[in-house]
Amino acid sequence: MTAFVALDDVSHVYGGAGGTLAVDGLSIHVNRGEFAAVVGPSGCGKSTLMKLATGLQFPFKGTVQVAGSVVRQPVKIAGMAFQAPTLLPWRTTLENLLLPLEIVEPHRGRIRRHRAEYVARAEALLASVGLAGQGGKFPWQLSGGMQQRTSLCRALIHEPDLLMLDEPFGALDAFTREELWCVIRDLHAARNITIVLVTHDLREAVFLADRIFVMSARPGRIVAEREVDIPRPRDLEVTFTPQFSAIVHELRAHIVKARP
Amino acid sequence: MKTSLAIRLAPWIATVALFVFWEAVCRIFKIPPFFLPPPSLVAKSFVEFWPAIYRNSLFTLSTTLIGFGMAVGFGLALGLAVGWSRAIYAGIYPLMIGFNAIPKVAVVPILVLWFGIGFIPAVLTAFLISFFPIVVNVATGLATIEPELEDVLKALGASKLDIMRKVGIPRALPYFFGSLKIAITLAFVGSVISESVASNTGIGNLMLQAQAQFQVPLIFAGLIALAVEGIAMYALMAMLEARMTGWAQRSGFAQT
Ligand SMILES: Nc1ncnc2c1ncn2[C@@H]1O[C@H](COP(=O)(O)OP(=O)(O)OP(=O)(O)O)[C@@H](O)[C@H]1O
Ligand SMILES: [Mg+2]
Repeated sequence: MTAFVALDDVSHVYGGAGGTLAVDGLSIHVNRGEFAAVVGPSGCGKSTLMKLATGLQFPFKGTVQVAGSVVRQPVKIAGMAFQAPTLLPWRTTLENLLLPLEIVEPHRGRIRRHRAEYVARAEALLASVGLAGQGGKFPWQLSGGMQQRTSLCRALIHEPDLLMLDEPFGALDAFTREELWCVIRDLHAARNITIVLVTHDLREAVFLADRIFVMSARPGRIVAEREVDIPRPRDLEVTFTPQFSAIVHELRAHIVKARP
Repeated sequence: MKTSLAIRLAPWIATVALFVFWEAVCRIFKIPPFFLPPPSLVAKSFVEFWPAIYRNSLFTLSTTLIGFGMAVGFGLALGLAVGWSRAIYAGIYPLMIGFNAIPKVAVVPILVLWFGIGFIPAVLTAFLISFFPIVVNVATGLATIEPELEDVLKALGASKLDIMRKVGIPRALPYFFGSLKIAITLAFVGSVISESVASNTGIGNLMLQAQAQFQVPLIFAGLIALAVEGIAMYALMAMLEARMTGWAQRSGFAQT
């Protein structure tokens, strides 16, 4: 049985032959239900890794497999969230959440007739991230943190097996960020979902992930892999323990070495 | 939202001030009315020739609106096509730029050759001159979808048509409605140009005849009629834009 997300010896070039070699000889395996974090210097190919794993880009060398089959088109099962919330300003928060359901089967064929059921589901999800009753507002009437929560909900509403988060908390203040750590932690605990999180924040990676991958400078590949053996459920308090700091320091050392 | 009284009255005050200034200049410097008639004289001629002005205004209005309507349909379709496919874009864009570079007055003689003078060339000139901004705006709206949003949707298995329907078209709407203001003004210009060159009716023609008969106040009355029509159509489009795309106008930048 192979891993849920498996990249083997993958190389990717942007802009055809002679273009930018973004990742080279990249291998990464993430098991089903696992929470993986990817850290590495800026521009090393982390976002590229996410695109390869979801079939938004295709490698010129190596194989990408998700859920046991080779990726030849966009995977259709992934929820994604980025640093920018990218909500649609002409839709209310609730309508933004319903967007994936208008695209993914089987919901796509049902949403017209069973709208009330889906609205209830969206409202429950909003409530679970602390946005109860905010569904009627437009995204631009929400704060940055609230927009980011909405973006997370949009990535989750169709109950994907795979959640890809590319620096989703990068633009938030420290307090909001830690609050959202807990939201993600609880979502991961509540559902059997595989999460890949790209981040610049080592504390974030250690707090959330089961396993952390460190990438080299461009062209990116994995230079270190670290299991986080802090037991779950984790409380924000663990971020102050010596064990936690030790792992953060260890990762820091890898990143410093990885920088060009 | 409460707009202050000053802002609401400002355009009226400015307009009245302009006419008062005009009248005053004419009287103080004793400018001959056949050179620049004062507004009072223009108003008199407006009343005197009202039936002719009315009839010709309606003609100009109808050629403008029909040409504009065609431009909206055609511009929207072409804009969607250009925004849909890079190949269509690459093929058509240079042609369109070239076509747009031709001053449309130069096209009127050809239209007259084909369709005779009057209604049809005016409609077609209005159409030809006004579809370009619509195409460009619709295509721009489609081309500026955030790549990340596109990724989110593609990873859900969205087809190109899905992305177009859910994101592209709603996104392009403010651009589209914004372009209507420009397009209607251009269509108006097109109609009047064609009427002045090749028609027996329309305000453009009325002014030309007034000039031949040296009825200078009537020329200015025609100008005023054009201005009023132009403003009315522009305001209509601006209202439509505000109604249809309220979400895109949330900036408070110009409201203070
Ligand atoms: N669409 C693209 N076209 C061309 N080059 C690209 C494209 N996207 C990324 N690249 C290049 O590929 C390399 C890796 O980019 P990528 O976005 O994966 O980095 P990253 O690790 O996510 O960086 P950051 O941490 O700053 O987000 C960079 O050198 C970048 O310039
Ligand atoms: Mg990135």
